Amino acid sequence: MSQQSSIDRQEYNITAYTENQVGLLNRIAIIFSRRKINIESLNVSPSEIEGIHRFNIVINETEEVVGKLARQIEKQIEVLKVYYNTNADVIWQEMALYKVPTDVIAEKAIVERLLRENGARAVVIRKDYTVFETTGHREETDNLIRVLQPYGLIEFVRSARIAIIKASDGFNSKLREFERREPSTEPAENEYLNSRDKVFTM
Amino acid sequence: MLTNEQSAQTLPEFTATAVQPETETMTGAVATLQALLAEGVDTIFGYPGGAIIPIYDALYDFKEQLNHVLVRHEQGGIHAAQGYARSSGKVGVVFATSGPGATNLVTGLADALIDSTPLVCITGQVFAHLLGTDAFQETDIINITTPITKWNYQVTNAEEIPEALAKAFYIARSGRPGPVLIDITKNAQQQKHDFAPYQPCTHIRSYRPKPIVRPEYIREAAALINQAKRPFVLWGQGVILGKAELEFKAFIEKSGIPAAWTILGAGALASDHPLNVGMLGMHGNYGPNVLTNECDVLIAIGMRFDDRVTGRLDKYAKQAKVIHLDIDPTEIDKNVATTVPVWGDCKETLPLLTALVDAKLHPEWHERFRVHMEQEVDAVIREELFPTSEELTMGEVIQQLNELTGGEAIVVTDVGQHQMVACRYAKLNKTRSNITSGGLGTMGFALPAAIGAKFGTPHRPVVAIIGDGGVQMTIQELGTIMQTGVDVKIIILNNRFLGMVRQWQELFNDRRYSFVDIASPDYVTVASGYRIAGKRVEARTELKQSLQQMLEHPGSFLLEVMVSKENNIFPMVPQGCSVSEIRLK
Repeated sequence: MSQQSSIDRQEYNITAYTENQVGLLNRIAIIFSRRKINIESLNVSPSEIEGIHRFNIVINETEEVVGKLARQIEKQIEVLKVYYNTNADVIWQEMALYKVPTDVIAEKAIVERLLRENGARAVVIRKDYTVFETTGHREETDNLIRVLQPYGLIEFVRSARIAIIKASDGFNSKLREFERREPSTEPAENEYLNSRDKVFTM
Repeated sequence: MLTNEQSAQTLPEFTATAVQPETETMTGAVATLQALLAEGVDTIFGYPGGAIIPIYDALYDFKEQLNHVLVRHEQGGIHAAQGYARSSGKVGVVFATSGPGATNLVTGLADALIDSTPLVCITGQVFAHLLGTDAFQETDIINITTPITKWNYQVTNAEEIPEALAKAFYIARSGRPGPVLIDITKNAQQQKHDFAPYQPCTHIRSYRPKPIVRPEYIREAAALINQAKRPFVLWGQGVILGKAELEFKAFIEKSGIPAAWTILGAGALASDHPLNVGMLGMHGNYGPNVLTNECDVLIAIGMRFDDRVTGRLDKYAKQAKVIHLDIDPTEIDKNVATTVPVWGDCKETLPLLTALVDAKLHPEWHERFRVHMEQEVDAVIREELFPTSEELTMGEVIQQLNELTGGEAIVVTDVGQHQMVACRYAKLNKTRSNITSGGLGTMGFALPAAIGAKFGTPHRPVVAIIGDGGVQMTIQELGTIMQTGVDVKIIILNNRFLGMVRQWQELFNDRRYSFVDIASPDYVTVASGYRIAGKRVEARTELKQSLQQMLEHPGSFLLEVMVSKENNIFPMVPQGCSVSEIRLK
């Protein structure tokens, strides 16, 4: 692995398009754990293409390491394509839920302003507690924790990150191309091989 | 695509208007064997057990078409399948039962993955309804083997079997080969189903085994080679796996570039070819190591810059422009930064490159290799092959063997000092003649792998060269030899030590020989118990005649040779040192 210092590390967003296959999550996860790299965030969801899933993985690493990891992931049989991007290259969001006691929040806070200032909304209001929800970057969801702490925050949960790549025109056309050639024995190729950065594909 | 348990509902059904292919009703077990036959399998290495009984029951009726070799331990089975695959170029097939049967395959799977050996392992599994209940002999072999397989899949329904096996064989043998494991629950083996005719797999949407060859990289590589004053070729097993031996020979013969090999690449070019300058790496030849740091263009073909080849990476070939030909794009830039990456199957890329390179001889550059080889002969090789000491050396055993076999034998080695000596000195005229555990360094590999190699290439003599440590790890496979009558010549080079570890303890741990003094049984007596002929050699005067006797013996023969106890393998690039710092003593 890289000899570079932690100074060169930054958050990278890995986007992997995969088949929907049992066990693939483990196959991908162990690529990180084998190298003792912690996954900061992991989201698996359907993609714009039926039957194809999309992994969003966030790690803190150097570009050299993340490039190698992306190749190793794409090497797995059921993985179609892998991209990696810095935070600047993606539009990303995380969602958070906050549970606070209804009596405290109703009595002590100007709830309307609190919600407006933090871009939050009430999801559930019960006699005993209220659940707020907000979506945004880490500092925004973190900020609402600080705001709600004085009102007896009971529970907090944040979702994994989801991200859309700014520069990508989607994987859809690429996949259509693969499928058009099926069942040809000609391997599909793509234009990114030359760039040897930002994206990797066989 | 296969899916999980719901596959039965998600597979397309034929409508009344569609042309109905002729189906045949059979059990999943029979469908498994039919798939193997369709894939051209002739030999299976296996060990039966409860969860794979239905497949073994079906095998009873396939004895004429499928040769099943009953091993003594599943590890022996998978190493035998590796030997079979490496000698023949075909996919090795293994059967094992669930639980301990399956877990005993782990070492072989790891070995096959790192050494790119095509295998299909079929394991029995408990009934699907028992999965996750800690049933008798249940183990989660899919998750256990995920990091050590190219692909694996659990079949829980008979209907999935043909497609799963078709994919398994395609994945195992295509692109960069590797091991695949298919786990079949007992209910899926027993279940009857109307199977359509078997369809081999030729394409998987998410798998591209061969990158497309890019002409611009070929042109860039050729331009670099043509400008080079001191080009140097390193080749690995990729040349053999790609069946590109002739293309490789044509390339170096036209370009006149000296070429050195990794131990898995040994034999792709004959040992005595004038452009073959020797072995790379920790115990490789002196010239290839030193001159790696003096070449101006380094051309790596089907090799992965393993740490045993490169030594210290930050002092490895920094002066050189690097051209790397590999079928596996993840290998490019993994350890060594390339100037020109040539993705692709070297069977396709080498001829393209050959067409563009100038015909040259590089006489001064070759002279450098020759001078270094003379130094190595004086410092190491002469005494190793033609010793003046009283004790026998491992090298002279190999030297005598070369003279008797003429380089025609398949040499299978275990792991340790004897492996390095055999790889360094064995004469190999043909490709697929050097079978060894390279990446994983698995002691116990040689005896079962030699059995498999003989089944894979029955027309070639197979000689296993094993240390006294390694042979005791899988010695039970003498039982497989006894029962099958397979003809394997076994040479045990007995130095009464775990020699390689002892050497390290001598050089780096103040001779603190911690638990390397290994005792051996009387191997000749053990062999005799297995009804295998044997002989022990302790004197130089007996060596040649005993080797001759071994080679001429009809059937297997075990020859134990008592060699010098504390011989060290040199040259050596000590761990953490650069290839330039290779020691001759």
